[in-house]
Amino acid sequence: MGEQLFDHLLMPVVYILCIVVPLIIAVAMYVYWERKVVGWMHVRLGPNQVGPLGLFQAFADVAKLLIKEVILPTRASRALYYLAPMLALVPALAAWAVVPFGAKMVVSNANAGVLYLLGMTSLGVYGIILAGWASNSRYALLGAMRSAAQVISYELSIGLCMVSVLVLAGSLNFTDIVNAQGGTKGIFDWFMWPLLPIMVVYFVSGVAETNRLPFDMAEGESEIVAGFHVEYSGSAFAIFFLAEYANMILVSFLASIMFMGGWFSPFPTSWGWLGQASFWWLFAKAFAFAFLFLWFRATFPRYRYDQIMRLGWKVFIPIGLVWVVVAGFMKFYGVAGV
Amino acid sequence: MIDPNFFQLICFYAFGAITVGAAIAVISLRNTVHAVLSLVLTFFSTACIWMLAEAEFLAVALIVVYVGAVMVLFLFVVMMLDIDQVKIREGFVRFLPVGLVVAVVMLVEMLALIGVRAMHAQTLGVNPATVAGQSNTAWLGTALYTHYLLPFEVAALILTVGVVAAVALTLRQRSGSKRQMAAEQVAVDPRARVRLVKMDAVRPPVAEPPAASEEPKA
Repeated sequence: MGEQLFDHLLMPVVYILCIVVPLIIAVAMYVYWERKVVGWMHVRLGPNQVGPLGLFQAFADVAKLLIKEVILPTRASRALYYLAPMLALVPALAAWAVVPFGAKMVVSNANAGVLYLLGMTSLGVYGIILAGWASNSRYALLGAMRSAAQVISYELSIGLCMVSVLVLAGSLNFTDIVNAQGGTKGIFDWFMWPLLPIMVVYFVSGVAETNRLPFDMAEGESEIVAGFHVEYSGSAFAIFFLAEYANMILVSFLASIMFMGGWFSPFPTSWGWLGQASFWWLFAKAFAFAFLFLWFRATFPRYRYDQIMRLGWKVFIPIGLVWVVVAGFMKFYGVAGV
Repeated sequence: MIDPNFFQLICFYAFGAITVGAAIAVISLRNTVHAVLSLVLTFFSTACIWMLAEAEFLAVALIVVYVGAVMVLFLFVVMMLDIDQVKIREGFVRFLPVGLVVAVVMLVEMLALIGVRAMHAQTLGVNPATVAGQSNTAWLGTALYTHYLLPFEVAALILTVGVVAAVALTLRQRSGSKRQMAAEQVAVDPRARVRLVKMDAVRPPVAEPPAASEEPKA
């Protein structure tokens, strides 16, 4: 009994904490890094007052948000109003269960890992929709409507991108997908070469799926003030914030795992320690993708609603459909894939 | 030690109870949005039951397709509708006999189906995926694309026809509506829109500042 409890209850909780706690700290530092980067791109300094180089700014913000009052709007649906932030956060954290950080470093090495991940990310939209509906506000409802349409559209193209990866890797397991990209040639073994258009489509769809600029129709500060979370304050708002940034980091990790060879080194294995696989490579790749999110934010103006829909349905989904066939031919003729 | 089979049985009854409770809530809740959310819970706990039966692909597909996409669209529509609750509720007693008849017929049909199954009483064979040493998902994929290729493709074709029919039914060309053509917008020649005028730089004559104001400005 004791051994059973230890193996199936205590150890999983320890593993989960090993991911969730660093993730939350990473979100805090990511917010700081975002403000710094966007500041530099605007020729400003960014946060520089709290702690050395302003490093503790994010923690100060969190402390401020946690002690603020959560205000329930008049005639809001009380239960759903409080449920919505949790519905946004739970899938954002649960999705990390199948993300591998190294050859054996994964909480759940599930066979249907990619499917599980698709399921979890598709649940995240409920948080946004319910927040918009429950807060009894026109702006929030408009934001929820936009978000629902956008997330459904871009989920399709993300699903198609994953199908191309699955065709080449021949597995739904993320560890197998990374291992399919291992070899002696380093960077030339990665799926980014046979699937180059798909990598671009996947990452841009990921930006759209997380409601980040230039696709932040759900928030749209200049049009609908802040969209679905306009009525949220204090810790409830902080939870939405945490979920959004955790999703951004998740998309960065997935792009590195599916297209950039995960923990494999970009250099050939004959290069000694530089060619060795290590989870530091995965973190470096994910950091590069995470930086792209901030770069996009500082560079591009917001898309118009019809432009977003056009991009998703008329550009990305056809590219994804065609490339599934192309990937099938590549695999059949032994050009790429396992 | 907790017996795994016993634990699985407890889980099955727990998920089953949640499924039935949520299904009852779908038809009894007054608020339509709450009813849709109960339907989401019904799907979710059904997926959990399938997961217990080791049908992992079906379970996750149910969540991805129904919970992740179809129910979001349901919510989308229900949230936009302004449904008058009183109007829906009136006539409940009048339609009650019809509803009861339909319910009884369905119950009899279901019981008959269960009875026929029970008479044949074929026990489930061993899990073919375990025999093949594959995961459930891989085995399902192989079976669908080899033994059942034709029915699978026919189903796909029927769905495609359904999509085309739905679009054809709702697509109407209205006269007078303005729309943007992205291809035309991109193909615009800037010379047709902006006239660039080239002219020599002209330096206006600089007035000589008076000598008295030459001191630096503070």
